[in-house]
Amino acid sequence: VSAILVLLLAIPAAGLLALYVAPRELASRIGAAAGVLTFLVSLLLLPLFDYSAGVSFQGQINLSWIQALDLRFHLGIDGVSLPLLLLTTLLTALCLIYSVRTTTRDGRGRAFTALLLTLEIGMVGTFVSLDLLLFFIFFELVLIPMYGLISHWGSDDSHGGATKQQSATKFILYTLLGSALMLLGFLVIHAKTGTFDMVLLQQRHGLGMTAGAQGLAFVLVGLGFAIKTPMFPLHTWLPDAHTSAPTVGSVLLAGVLLKMGTYGFIRVGVGEIPQGLHHYAVALGAFGVVGIVYGSLACLGQLRADGDLKRLIAYSSVGHMGFTLLGIASMTQVGIDGALYASVAHGLITGLLFFLVGGFKERYGTTDLFAIGRGFYGRSRRYGALVAFAAVASLGLPGLAGFWGELYVLIGAARPGLGLSGAAFHIYMAIAGIGMVLTAAYLLLVVRRVCMGLVTDPANADVLEHDRDLTPREWIAWLPLAAGTLLAGLWPAVVLAAADPAVHTVLGARG
Amino acid sequence: MNQSIDYAAIMPVLIVALGALGVLLTDLFTRDERKSDLAWLTVAVLVIGLFAELGLWIGGVATKPRLTFCTTPGVHHSVLGCSYSADSFSLTIQTLLLGGTLLTVLMAPRRFKVPFGEYHFLVLCSLTGALVMAGARDFITMTVGLETLSLPAYALVGFGRKRTGEVTGAEAALKFFLMSVASTAVMLFGISLVYGVTGSVYFADMQAVLHLSGYHASILTTGMVLTLAGFAFKVSAVPFHFWTPEVYSGAPVPVAAYLSVVSKTAGFAGLILTLEIAFRTEIHNLGTLIAILAAITMTLGNVVALRQRSAVRLLAWSTIGQAGYVLVPLAVTKWNGVDLGSTPVTQAGDLGPAVTASVAYLVFYAAMNLGAFGVVSAIGGNLRLGGDLADYRSLSSRQPRAAWPLGLFLLCLAGLPPGLMGLFAKVAVFRAVISGGLTWLAIVMAINVVIALFYYLRWAAVLFAPATSTEHRSALSRSVPLGPRLAVGLALVITVFFSLYPAPAFR
Repeated sequence: VSAILVLLLAIPAAGLLALYVAPRELASRIGAAAGVLTFLVSLLLLPLFDYSAGVSFQGQINLSWIQALDLRFHLGIDGVSLPLLLLTTLLTALCLIYSVRTTTRDGRGRAFTALLLTLEIGMVGTFVSLDLLLFFIFFELVLIPMYGLISHWGSDDSHGGATKQQSATKFILYTLLGSALMLLGFLVIHAKTGTFDMVLLQQRHGLGMTAGAQGLAFVLVGLGFAIKTPMFPLHTWLPDAHTSAPTVGSVLLAGVLLKMGTYGFIRVGVGEIPQGLHHYAVALGAFGVVGIVYGSLACLGQLRADGDLKRLIAYSSVGHMGFTLLGIASMTQVGIDGALYASVAHGLITGLLFFLVGGFKERYGTTDLFAIGRGFYGRSRRYGALVAFAAVASLGLPGLAGFWGELYVLIGAARPGLGLSGAAFHIYMAIAGIGMVLTAAYLLLVVRRVCMGLVTDPANADVLEHDRDLTPREWIAWLPLAAGTLLAGLWPAVVLAAADPAVHTVLGARG
Repeated sequence: MNQSIDYAAIMPVLIVALGALGVLLTDLFTRDERKSDLAWLTVAVLVIGLFAELGLWIGGVATKPRLTFCTTPGVHHSVLGCSYSADSFSLTIQTLLLGGTLLTVLMAPRRFKVPFGEYHFLVLCSLTGALVMAGARDFITMTVGLETLSLPAYALVGFGRKRTGEVTGAEAALKFFLMSVASTAVMLFGISLVYGVTGSVYFADMQAVLHLSGYHASILTTGMVLTLAGFAFKVSAVPFHFWTPEVYSGAPVPVAAYLSVVSKTAGFAGLILTLEIAFRTEIHNLGTLIAILAAITMTLGNVVALRQRSAVRLLAWSTIGQAGYVLVPLAVTKWNGVDLGSTPVTQAGDLGPAVTASVAYLVFYAAMNLGAFGVVSAIGGNLRLGGDLADYRSLSSRQPRAAWPLGLFLLCLAGLPPGLMGLFAKVAVFRAVISGGLTWLAIVMAINVVIALFYYLRWAAVLFAPATSTEHRSALSRSVPLGPRLAVGLALVITVFFSLYPAPAFR
């Protein structure tokens, strides 16, 4: 298993080298090959992963890198990181395949592919590193590539909003502030316990740190993750970044980068400084719930002329991530299972949604909800069906992936962990329920606006000529996500088999 | 009094001093058209100096310091009463100084219209002073070193060209001279006060006296603060930073690079030795002062750098910000709750983890800052203030070999991967300050890192931006001679090496 973990980092790196020596025209093909190879190698983890020992970290490598900083090259996975790891390699591979044609057309395919591969190294590294400092380095590594994607390949907001340069700058400044504070939190942990080793820290489960120190560490670390997740009211970078980012940038941003925040909360917050989390859990839950309602209301606000679909999905992410925060705040097994599950589901579904909107952008040159016309069922049958499928998955239809995560979170909130105010969490649960209804409302309104209606609708006057049903490339890139959504919805064990026992350990049970 | 001198210990200083004379003499016997070759002679002197350092490292000086110029004759086991010490601290700093000077000498291009003999003579003289400062263990030697460092530097700044409507080299040199003299005078006054209280000029003796007597008097505090002010000027810490942007923009770019790295490192070496050895028992009182200075220095440097539009001015203000980061670990007076002031440390090699963080930061800073200055000097050295940032637009498509290294150096200075070296430097400093319990300073620094990222990244983004439609004829030079190429290449190699394996800097 450890060889695979190293390979997962080495293949994209080898891809980078190949990009440097290979001719320009081959760049995107090399990228796609490296991405697919990485995904296939990561699939090998599924049979090799020892489910009976899902509670412990597997495939550990532990080498000293810099003695003076106590930085160790320590890799390994457990049931919490495995699903997220697979999600990462899947989405990156699909993004690299999807961008083969777009990037071969413009002359900068090499740089674009290089950025995607660097991004992949950072994302994979974040989920497999077991040293807080190494985690931090990988966490930081994703910033520059994402900045480059947004600022060079993005698009300016057509309605006088942020330019791509402004969005990219906002993104990087916000997240850097978060990660700088996070580093301080890690250093507080190190100063109190003398180690960055996440395995050891999880075993100790906060032993050796006073409640005050844990509280300080949690505020610092939590701010970092909260910006990344993003938690209301620290989310303001997200809609701009999504609106400006190119399609694959949005997919990876929503699909993986946000999950780095949730993963951090579960791994560091729940696992290593539980008393700190416990102290702030009620507040965290409140922010999560506000995020749910705020996200849905903001989405409803986008249902107007000039409303931007990308921005709408970005706000819906704020809502969905609110559920994961609520799940984490409940500090129960089922709640955290739900948070993890919702993260994976959100990665699949929102990834798909952003791909679909990217398709609109490619066809009609706009993501304006009212400019792409109506009656998609009639105009592009399969495309319309996929849009509707993604929308109902996102609103949490039972049988699709979006359902289980949010259900588990609500169950977790109904019976919060020891010592947490039951009354507060019951109120959160009720509000989150209202949020779900609002979510359903705006998604169905989107479907009605885009998919239904007559093909002969006057709004369609100048868009019909651009209609094109799904191309083979789009099938390849999008179908795995739809299939994954269905599979995870019908058979939640696919995620939870590995995750559930690991969450149990993270929560402090001795494995 | 008859003293025995350990020539091996002071070999690097001797080599550089003799080299300076050698360059001056050779200059007299060289025809005008061959004078540019003097640069290579200077490089040779510096390389020999580096070998001398290497020899000392191999000779085991790091574990067993060599002391010389001591008041007691014979074998020296005690540091008391010794003026010069070759230990791991001074060797690290001296290696850094020699390497930094090597890069700045390589940077000076042939078309750079200065009298080559004098220029290189002055550089080597100044470097001699800097090397002495790193080894000095008493205030007299320290002051002599400081003056030897500064006097040639005034003349170097004066080589800046005359242009209408802006700071000329001569004006900058005069400003630099006046402020420097004033700060030295203040420092000497401070030293005399401290001497009056402790009765010694030797750092180790001073610490021993203060440790024994536990003497606290306002006159001592005044003396210490005034002494530190002299060094604060050299490292351009607030409130002694005013000269920096003016002097950097008036001076030739390689000289600005020299001031920002070599002169500043020497200043920090003096500051560290004074603070951590001579005034060790008093660091509780001084720690808060240093912490406040560090916070103000980095904030001011970074905030003003946000508004700069030209390469050299941006780098000048950013070096002020960076100086603030180096100061941060020096404000640490406790390590995980253990009081540092009460544990006597007489060897500069044993100064502990907080000082190590500062020294490591200096090493990394030298490589990345010289790299950035090197690229600016190579392609923008002929322009006013190293060119506007707009001149660097889409440099990556025109001169990828200049753009990629510059981008990496800027990211290092910002401290973001792939500039891992800068990241490690910041982690080390953060760690020192968290272990020292100064959380507020850590948060100020975290915010500063974000501010600094903004301007570094803006510049880096310009490098890779597509050319504008109204093809702006960039005035940057295209052909770059061998020397600057070598300088940037060396800085790049060092940067990549330390990014992957930074351990050597953390000794």
